[in-house]
Amino acid sequence: MMRVALLIFSVTSAFALSACGDKPQSAGGVKGDIAPYQGADNRFAAPGWKAGDKTSWERALKVRTQNTQNEYPRTATK
Amino acid sequence: MARMKFICDAERCIECNGCVTACKSEHDVPWGVNRRRVVTLNDGIPGERSISVACMHCSDAPCMAVCPVNCFYRTDEGVVLHDKDVCIGCGYCSYACPFGAPQFPSSGTFGLRGKMDKCTFCAGGPEANGSEAEFEKYGRNRLAEGKLPICAEMCSTKALLGGDGDVVADIFRNRVLQRGKGAEVWGWGTAYGSKQAGQPPPGVKS
Repeated sequence: MMRVALLIFSVTSAFALSACGDKPQSAGGVKGDIAPYQGADNRFAAPGWKAGDKTSWERALKVRTQNTQNEYPRTATK
Repeated sequence: MARMKFICDAERCIECNGCVTACKSEHDVPWGVNRRRVVTLNDGIPGERSISVACMHCSDAPCMAVCPVNCFYRTDEGVVLHDKDVCIGCGYCSYACPFGAPQFPSSGTFGLRGKMDKCTFCAGGPEANGSEAEFEKYGRNRLAEGKLPICAEMCSTKALLGGDGDVVADIFRNRVLQRGKGAEVWGWGTAYGSKQAGQPPPGVKS
């Protein structure tokens, strides 16, 4: 009788704990990204700002937008 | 800084495809994949309009909502990017995108769809900024070099504007005031939730 109970307990335990062997399904999702104001690891950076300085990067981009995409300041009569 | 946005001025676009060429060249985009393309409305009919279309980096991006493996992420600058190491090439984003931005290289065996590719606003991907690995998967990271998207910077008529949303909206607004017409911006409402460039969505105070 004791042997049967032990067998039932073992089988039940093995079944109940089977989920514990599952591998975590957390492969999805994105790795971290580095903010652009930290600069690029190459020699093509535009001048006028300092890597790591968010304020100077933002200011440089705004100036660049005006210089490269807004022709009205350049064509305005002085 | 406001969110990064694109504006295409249909009054100015002359369908030269300079933006398409610049993008393909800058990022070494393979054959069959066009991150940006020019669409002409009412082609051949007087008054036809052309617009340059790519990923608009939507405020509430539908591609992010439908991706089953959560490969998309939005940067602090509002640029919608994705991780090709996570993408499984299912194509759901392609069905969800109102701009047809997601592209799939067809170089796989038996027509297998590869990893999705799309405009990155010249901001690369999750790999180290400016690294070889980043270039191989996503192309140049011009934002990290202190530059703006090559398509907008190369546009000969300045029809395509790209950069800080407030700045490009100001440039466009000034342009509309000067010429007195053409205030409509194709895709702006769909992407950013407001009817006009530079205007906040309904119910939101600027």
